[in-house]
Amino acid sequence: MAGQQKLSEARVLVIGAGGLGCPIMQYLVAAGVGHIGIADHDKVSLSNLHRQVVFGTEDIDLYKVDVVKSKMFSLNNDVNIRTWNERWTQEHCMQHFPDYDVVVDATDNFASRYLINDACVLLGKPLVFGAVSQFDGQVAVFNQLQEDGSRSVNYRDLFPLPPSDGEVLNCSEGGVLGVLPGMIGTMQATEVIKLITGLGKTLSNRLWNYNALTQEVFIMQLVSNPVSHQQIPSSEEQFMATDYEWLCAIPQRGVTEIDVMDWQQNFLDHLFVDIREPHELPRLDALCSSLGLEWMELPLSSLENKISCLIGRNVVFVCQAGMRSLMAADMLMKASPDSAVFSLKGGVRMLAEKNLI
Amino acid sequence: MIEVMFFGQLTDATGVSSVIVEEVANTDMLVQVMKQRYPALESSTYMIAVNNAMVTENSIVIPGSKIAFMPPFSGG
Repeated sequence: MAGQQKLSEARVLVIGAGGLGCPIMQYLVAAGVGHIGIADHDKVSLSNLHRQVVFGTEDIDLYKVDVVKSKMFSLNNDVNIRTWNERWTQEHCMQHFPDYDVVVDATDNFASRYLINDACVLLGKPLVFGAVSQFDGQVAVFNQLQEDGSRSVNYRDLFPLPPSDGEVLNCSEGGVLGVLPGMIGTMQATEVIKLITGLGKTLSNRLWNYNALTQEVFIMQLVSNPVSHQQIPSSEEQFMATDYEWLCAIPQRGVTEIDVMDWQQNFLDHLFVDIREPHELPRLDALCSSLGLEWMELPLSSLENKISCLIGRNVVFVCQAGMRSLMAADMLMKASPDSAVFSLKGGVRMLAEKNLI
Repeated sequence: MIEVMFFGQLTDATGVSSVIVEEVANTDMLVQVMKQRYPALESSTYMIAVNNAMVTENSIVIPGSKIAFMPPFSGG
């Protein structure tokens, strides 16, 4: 069967209609993939537009999947598109994965990534994975059927469990370079087309990493990880009983965030603790001395050992973007229940945005 | 000499994208050396590749090797 015929008969499910999902949809639709499912519970917002290039200002507050469907229809009206404007859950996986040949992970959070990976393993579906950090992107093809009848490695082989608290991870997310998900999503579309047509060699058992700052590509060979197999639900019952939101939750939901104005007006009498690592800039010396603040630098990496110096104190934590400070606040709240503990929302970046530094 | 490369948000923890280290016998020892030098790695998730091949257990590191520390990314 010719490649174009295979594409027109293919059924592809794309989960996420954001930075990755937009270019994936554009190229799959333009390539003539016959049936595409697209899921995303978000509506278009102004802050999406620099990297989610299917959307325009006129689309703000509309469901992303509705906008994608109408714009893709004008690109190629032979394509059948099914949409879900709700959060993708275990039930959706069990009900709809069997209808598709390829699943594409274009989500933006670990809960969805582990959920989709585990469902693809359970239901035997190839998964085209893509993810971005601030300046880096990753693409891989997981769980592809191989010639010997086995499946290629999956996300759990790389990372058996989601990252835990204390990660610097989320601080980077504030500043994703707009063009980066475009490139990574385009790579994912490439892998989908190769899977469907049988062209070339997919990124099965390989992780492709791209850095936008250096334009360097790093490919690593992946191997099966014995630890991963214990982590993947082995039955529908186990899968349905797994709480992915909890598994991947950052455990500091109870922390109170204060914004910069609130801090300036009401919290300058609290000890101000910068929990960034020593190499992170800008430093806060000038600001703190001009405000006459009591403050200290205490990197998150050593906070656990030095938390005793904060017991009983009322503290506002600050980091680069306001995520690690949540973790620090969570640690102190547990260690010192009588302390009033806060996290400065937006962190040093927000202080800079308000021209305080 | 051994070249150690850091990807994604790990460069926030280390402040560098790569570093040259003296000889270490294996990946476990390398991890210990890196954690001493960059304490924030202690609380980071990553997997390790030796000369572009992922390893799942302690592996011998021969001089001239390139070791990658690769974290998971969540953004999209």
